[in-house]
Amino acid sequence: MFEEKVLKKIKDDKEKWEQGPLGKSLAKSPEAKPVFTTISGTPVERLYTPLDVEDLDYERDLGYPGTFPFTRGVQPTMYRGRYWTMRQYAGFGDAKSTNERYRYLLEQGQTGLSVAFHLPTQAGYDSDHPLSMGEVGKVGVAIDHIDDMRVLFDRIPLDKVTTSMTMNAPAGVLLAMYLAIAKEQGVDWAKVGGTVQNDVLKEIICRGQYIYPPRHTMRLTVDLIEFCQKSVPKWNTISISGYHIREAGSTAAQEMAFTLADGIAYTQACIERGMDVDSFAPRLSFFFNAFTNVLEEVAKFRAGRRYWAKVMRERFKAKDPRSMMLRYHVQTGGVTLTAQQPLNNIVRVALQTYATALGGGQSLHTNSYDEALCLPTQQAVTVALRTQQIVAEESGATDTIDPLAGSYYVESMTDRIEAEVDEYIKKIDAMGGTLSAIEQGYIQKEIQNSAYRFQKEIETEERVYVGINKYTMEEPPPTGLLKVDMSVGEKKAAELKQYRANRDNAKWKAALDKLREISATDQNVMPYVIEAVTAKATVGEICDVWRNIYGEYRPKEFV
Amino acid sequence: MAQKIKMIMAKPGLDGHDRGAKLLARVCAEAGMEVVYTGLRQTPEMIVAAAEQEDADVVGLSSLSGVHNYFFPKVVELMKQKGLEDVLLVGGGIIPEEDYDFLKKSGMNAIFGPGTPTGAIVDFIKENVRKR
Repeated sequence: MFEEKVLKKIKDDKEKWEQGPLGKSLAKSPEAKPVFTTISGTPVERLYTPLDVEDLDYERDLGYPGTFPFTRGVQPTMYRGRYWTMRQYAGFGDAKSTNERYRYLLEQGQTGLSVAFHLPTQAGYDSDHPLSMGEVGKVGVAIDHIDDMRVLFDRIPLDKVTTSMTMNAPAGVLLAMYLAIAKEQGVDWAKVGGTVQNDVLKEIICRGQYIYPPRHTMRLTVDLIEFCQKSVPKWNTISISGYHIREAGSTAAQEMAFTLADGIAYTQACIERGMDVDSFAPRLSFFFNAFTNVLEEVAKFRAGRRYWAKVMRERFKAKDPRSMMLRYHVQTGGVTLTAQQPLNNIVRVALQTYATALGGGQSLHTNSYDEALCLPTQQAVTVALRTQQIVAEESGATDTIDPLAGSYYVESMTDRIEAEVDEYIKKIDAMGGTLSAIEQGYIQKEIQNSAYRFQKEIETEERVYVGINKYTMEEPPPTGLLKVDMSVGEKKAAELKQYRANRDNAKWKAALDKLREISATDQNVMPYVIEAVTAKATVGEICDVWRNIYGEYRPKEFV
Repeated sequence: MAQKIKMIMAKPGLDGHDRGAKLLARVCAEAGMEVVYTGLRQTPEMIVAAAEQEDADVVGLSSLSGVHNYFFPKVVELMKQKGLEDVLLVGGGIIPEEDYDFLKKSGMNAIFGPGTPTGAIVDFIKENVRKR
């Protein structure tokens, strides 16, 4: 970007500055720390100049929004066209109370829904299964069958909202219910938009909601992608997630690297199924975290966009530019929140929201300030949503596209993160690919080591965490926390008994038998899952069909 | 030389958040304890069986999904039934302070909330564990 003559002068002048004003200042009073690092542990220099980006080629490395390599953004107008989708992840208790929260959020200006399911549904158990005891309705809504799903979307038109479902191993089952409800509402599947997470690899890496062994669960993932490509064209068939990798302790660069490694594995699996890359890749979506170090986060997002575009074009020979776009949802960092002085979390979330806006995300969930204590209360959820609205409509971050481009620091950090991602991807390729790297525990161990390093930094007070190791104070215990009482579980168990007793048994059995038969072949299971949920099969019953065929995943623990 | 403190680190229920459990397992091991991590999806019966089989001195329960008031007392009760009353029981995770009293009354020896320094947990275990 700079002429050699100019660079030479900058280099000379920088040396003069170092020996002159800087040297004098340091002699008088040294800096606060010998080394400065980001929250990921990446060293940060005192000053960035054109010398740090001397290899940057504007047209090659940055280009224009909506065009390869998408460093500056995936759409030509970005937030000048429309803001990101404000999508708050919500769900608790039974379908009725969650439906009320959804309608409240939509009235408050939220623009998309995001379903939090309780753990039994995520792990493929009905609410009355022994392993579900104590968990029913706790961290999400209890959905066992199609009748629950109907209540969940009562008075919410599925052609007007888009819905994201955090559902992985049983993703096909919940998507089947959603599509069946859309049909009941008279909504054409061509108009149904939304996302299922469907990212089983990161469940195995760090989130823990796995059911089947890696290679079998991948088959169900690909079935869903293939089915939607033909029948639900606007659906985002997967949300390849770095969010949980970061929550588990990774650095920013590891988050991007391991997520893109998973993305490569899914793309490869779809191609092996016989799908053309440009037929499914435009519907792949991603999900990342946003921490409080705004500049590092912005660099991470920009590096990820550029790297993924190259992977798709060079490695997978995609031709459609839409296949090369890293489109992603963001959630602010849950693990960055403190139980101590919880109102401070509002500030953290605001900075993380700002990072998302400057980084070019397509949708966002902002955490509530009370989430280190409990499920979010209505007041806290409202503040979280307002935080997004303030950043979008007051801060000015949305007025121009990729406003930090050209910053010597941000460009240098973008290059650095991209290089680190590339190094990890090459290492994982050399190990035989993502699945092998996971099976060997490599990715898990890398994440755990970073988590350990961070914890040590906090405990040795090498890194400041406000309210944890600095500026601490005595506080009264918090009050007014949201709790889900145990009676939801009892009610749900009684209701399930009735549900099973009242269905057409012959129809139900035939549908499950057919699903069992198809699941043992190479045929796509999705049409038969839709038949099964319509015939009133429950989440647990359908997941059991696959448990019996594919077995269950039992991880080796890598501590 | 004193025998090593033996610890079971367990994740009751379906909760998959095990960053804290794994981290603490590593810290306790570095502090000289012998630690067995059970992995996810443990029922109270499985946890108590592990404690009995390993002859554990301390059992750590980690929960971030709001099920502590259900699971922790169940573990306490089963430990009693097996005659393992002298095993130290500590819990942690997303547990509101207002639940601490209930959990301690039901037999947990200590509850450590978010932001607790790992050193404080190690110290508590060393000071309160049974002497052999």
